[in-house]
This record gives sequence, structure tokens and C-alpha cells, in this order.
Amino acid sequence: MSAPLLEVRDLRTEFRTRAGALRAVDGVSFSVGQGEIVGLVGESGSGKSVTGFSILGLIEPPGRIAAGSIRLEGRELVGLSHRALRGVRGRRVAMVFQDPAATLNPLLTIGRQMRLALSAHQALGAEAARARCLAALRQVGIPDPEARLDSYPHQFSGGMRQRVCIAIALINEPRLIVCDEPTTALDVSIQAQILSEMRKLVRETGVSLIWISHDLAVVSALADRVMVMYAGRIVERGPTRETLRAPRHPYTAGLLASLPAAIPPGAPLSQIAGSPPSLIDAPPGCAFAPRCPRAAEPCRAEPPWSEDGARAARCHFPLEAGAP
Amino acid sequence: MTELLRVARVDKTFAAPPRFGDGLLRLIGRAPRRAALRAVSDVSLDMTRGEALGLVGESGCGKSTLGRVIAGVHPQSAGRVLLDGAPVTDAAGMKTTTRVQMVFQDPFASLDPRMRVGDGLAEGPLAHGLTTRAGARDYVGAWLDAVNLPREAAGRYPHQFSGGQRQRIAIARALAMQPDLIVCDEPVASLDVSIQAQIINLFLDLRRRLGLTMIFISHDLSVVRHVCDRIAIMYLGRIVELGPGAEIFAQPRHPYTRALIDSAPRLALDDATAVFRPIEGELPSPLNPPSGCAFHQRCPRAQARCRGERPEMRTIEAGREVACHDPL
Repeated sequence: MSAPLLEVRDLRTEFRTRAGALRAVDGVSFSVGQGEIVGLVGESGSGKSVTGFSILGLIEPPGRIAAGSIRLEGRELVGLSHRALRGVRGRRVAMVFQDPAATLNPLLTIGRQMRLALSAHQALGAEAARARCLAALRQVGIPDPEARLDSYPHQFSGGMRQRVCIAIALINEPRLIVCDEPTTALDVSIQAQILSEMRKLVRETGVSLIWISHDLAVVSALADRVMVMYAGRIVERGPTRETLRAPRHPYTAGLLASLPAAIPPGAPLSQIAGSPPSLIDAPPGCAFAPRCPRAAEPCRAEPPWSEDGARAARCHFPLEAGAP
Repeated sequence: MTELLRVARVDKTFAAPPRFGDGLLRLIGRAPRRAALRAVSDVSLDMTRGEALGLVGESGCGKSTLGRVIAGVHPQSAGRVLLDGAPVTDAAGMKTTTRVQMVFQDPFASLDPRMRVGDGLAEGPLAHGLTTRAGARDYVGAWLDAVNLPREAAGRYPHQFSGGQRQRIAIARALAMQPDLIVCDEPVASLDVSIQAQIINLFLDLRRRLGLTMIFISHDLSVVRHVCDRIAIMYLGRIVELGPGAEIFAQPRHPYTRALIDSAPRLALDDATAVFRPIEGELPSPLNPPSGCAFHQRCPRAQARCRGERPEMRTIEAGREVACHDPL
């Protein structure tokens, strides 16, 4: 097997607060292969977005990457200078954010914003640049791209604006795009359009995606592999549909059981008791233990990874295959 | 079953906001004519006591505006909203009743950050004589009990609570007014999945215990299906389908309902279900709605008639209404 496109090892990202260091990402390791869609799922505060921002080198003080390694195409990104990072960002790895209205500059036409992204990394003639912009807009399914190049962001609908953001992310042909909840703010009919286009894009261009989302249903249909995060850690990973069919970690199982679609209308939903823990001075051991129905004495110690082929869960008492 | 709410042919339009220079233009006799936005058009529905009705649709369909009109937050532009036969707003557009209350989407914005929870909960009931200064503490305590929050919560400020707890506070505040009807506008949309389940369970429980009548506005079909008896699907300001939730999900009659159900993401446990079925095209602008049926440009079944003639809501079987020339 060739080296993966992205390899993250023991990543630890902290934010300094008055109460102490907040460990938003606490020892996360994973890899992403070429042309792969990896779903990163978790609730707010689980560290999924901070993981994405860390890969792009977008952690600003009071945050910092305290430890770990992020290798993209074999090149170490942690510790790179700002200048060197700017050569990577947008070129080799790009990001799409949740709110396209906040991402685009309202004062510039989208054609100009696309050319700016292009000229940051490549010197192209006007004609070639225009052709590249049009190609990127076509790739994301924007109708009549010639006419839209001179439009301003406010002239687009929310869904179209997000497509423009994806086109800008694509324009320098990066190998990896980190997508942070890109369809969360969109209506379901538009979300389905964008999801099916993203899948086509991956098939056609071989780009890899890290798809960050709280929505298990979206990830279940889109991602090849899924990683579930809780309190700054990955607690379960594996091939998406296999993992969601029979989760091993009690947290994954709890999330799945709490979906309204899982039971008949009107019946009480299964809920995970309590709320997520503070990430400041977290006690050792499994962070989910206080909310876990299976927790016992050993859970006060660091849970081991129990691996099984491509699947793994970080739990002292993983659910057996076939168990509810 | 007694009828509690009657919404009859309600319209809500918003005038275009004034722009810089309008006054000058008017001075020289060239006042600009800008289209008003018709957010809700010709909506009629009835609710019986104890019922939960879901209002579903994409952004801009008018579901929140309709909810606010029913709650008396916005006066309607035409038509009538009657609660037990009495109008919810008076001729001047002022709300006349405390018997409809609202719960909003964002509990970080809907609670006063500088007011202790207990004061916030007691404010309305005190103003309307539902409790007394001396009794306020117990009164608030009882409503905190109802939403499963500890009574000590009364002494704390909203920022000391998580999102799910704040939404419980917002629900308690609505309930403390002892309303006949509560209108909940996306009450779980900003919550995490595990917290969402807690709040949905709270609504189910409150319905059972208090016999609450409820309008539940949401873009999330699975949530509405779980909580509501009947569902109204809205598109571009109009209700296009209305009926019992179970029946609508089993057999939608309006092509838009079908498309909306199909495009909603659902948990895919094998490759065969991991497909996306988007609705073609974009939502049209409510400032410039299409002729005829508003959905005709995106509808796979559209015919010539759909472009020219707007379908009216009609009853196609007991309890089910649909606005379509050629229902499924």
C-alpha cells in the first residue's frame, strides 16, 4: 500500500484559557487515502472542527498545536513557517466552511475572488485564468458560468454561494479538501444536490475529502470511512456503513439510537444522559464513562483501542458484533 | 374534540423596506413602487385542543411567519386567526391574548442574559396576575419541575446553562403563562443530536401530562413526524399538503412532499440506500413567485395547466387536503 495522502499522528491542539489549558483535540491519529471521503462526526465541542483547522494550520493564539504530526503528501506541516504554510494552504489542501455568506467577500465579484485565489499560487495569463475559473464553476454545477463570473455574492442563493466556495477551494486543484459542515446551513433539497455533486467530483478528480458533520445521516450516505469524535478524541473508526450498522463504541450506539427515525413516531427517544464533559483538566480514563450505560471500574483508566480488521473502538467494553 | 384554533384565509405581506432617497423621489413625484413580499398566502387550517401540528418546509416557505402570525407576534395582513372564537390580535394589530406563547430556535438569543432565570420566568405571570410576588418562587419552581430542571436554577443566569438546559428554560417560560397553544419555532434545530432527543422527549412528555396543544415548526421531517399528529407542508407561502403525519409519510399526495421526503438525508446502512435524490432547481423568489402552481418549474409531473392555473387546496380523502392539479 502506498503512503496515505494525509497522515495525522497524536495531534494535540490546546487553547489557553483563564481556567487552564483546554485540550480541544487530545491525541488524534488517522490517515486519509487518495480519492477517499472520510467523515468526521461528533457533537459540538468534540474537536472535529479544531482537527480540521489544525490540518490547515489555522489555529491562532491562544490556541496552539501542542504536540503531534500532520504529514501531507509526506511533508510535515506542524511547525512550518507562516510563509511556507501559505504555499500549502489553498494549493495542496483547501477548506470549505459552514457559512458561505461569511466566507465570500461581499464587495468583490466571484470572478475576481476566484482569480485572487488562483494568482496566490499560480501565474496564469488572463485567458487561462478565466478558463480555469469557468471550469471550476462548471465542476460544481453552476449553470451559465460565463454570466455568473461578474456577479456578486449577494446575487446568489445560499446553495449557489456554497457551490462558489467549493469552486474556489477546487481552483488550485488541491489533493485534499477539508469540508466543515458545508451543507448544514442549506435546505435539504439543496443539500442533496451538493452531496451528489461532491461524490461525482471525488470520482472524477480523485480529490480526497474530510467531511466534518454532526449529521450521521449525511455522513452515512457520503463517506467511505467514518471517525466518531467525543471530547477531543476519536472513539470509533471504520468503514462507514459497517460501523453504523453495528457500532462498537457505546457513544456511537447512543447517538444512533437517539435519532427519531430509529423508532416509531410518538415513542420516547432513547437519550444519552447528561452532557459532554469539560475539556479543561479532564480526569484520566474514558471521557464518556460518566454518561455510559456500560461503564465500570476499569473505565477510570485509559481505554485501549480494540481493533478488528478495518474497524476499531476505544473502549474497555466494546459492544459485540450483532449486539444491540 | 373541540376546536381551539381557526386560521381562515390568512395573508401576511411585508412592505419593502424604505431605501435611501425614497423621500427625495417622492418630493419630485416619482415615488418608487416596489413589490411587497408575500410571505404567507391564503392559509387556512383548524386545530383541535390537544393536537400537535407540524409546519414543514424549506427556508423562505413562510412557516415561521405563519407561526408568528398565529402567535400574534405579527398581525396578519388579511384573513382571521381565532383562538376559541376570539381574534388573537385587535384591529390595531396588538396581541390581545396571553393564551398563545412561543418557543424560539436559539435559546442563546431568546433569554435575557442579565436576568436571573427565576425573574425571567416570573416576569410574564406577574404582569398578567397568574401569580403574586409572594407566590412567585413556588410558581416558578413548579414550572422548573415540569421541564426537569432543579429549582436552584431560578437563582442563576442563562449563561450558566448549556444549550439544552436553556431551551428547557425557554419552554418553562412559555408554559408559565399557562397558554392554550404553544408555537415552537425550530426548537431543537440548534441542539446536538443527543440533546435534541432529550428535548423531543420533554415535548412528548409535556403533551401527555398537560394535554398541550402545539404547533411545531421545523425543517426536519423526522423530528416533526415523531412529535406531531398532523403535518402541513408549505411551499412559497402556501400550504400545499395537509393531513395526518403517518399517512403523509406513507403516501404523500403532493409531488413536492414526495420530493422533500426523498431528498431528506436518512441513515444509510448499506450501499443501496446511500443515494441522494435532490429536487431539481432552486426555490423561486417569494418576491417574484412563478405563475400557476409555485412548484411547477421543479415538478416532474408539471403540465401546461400547472403553469397557468393555481391549484386550490381541496380535500381528496377524509382528513387529507392537497393543492395539486394532478396529485400522486
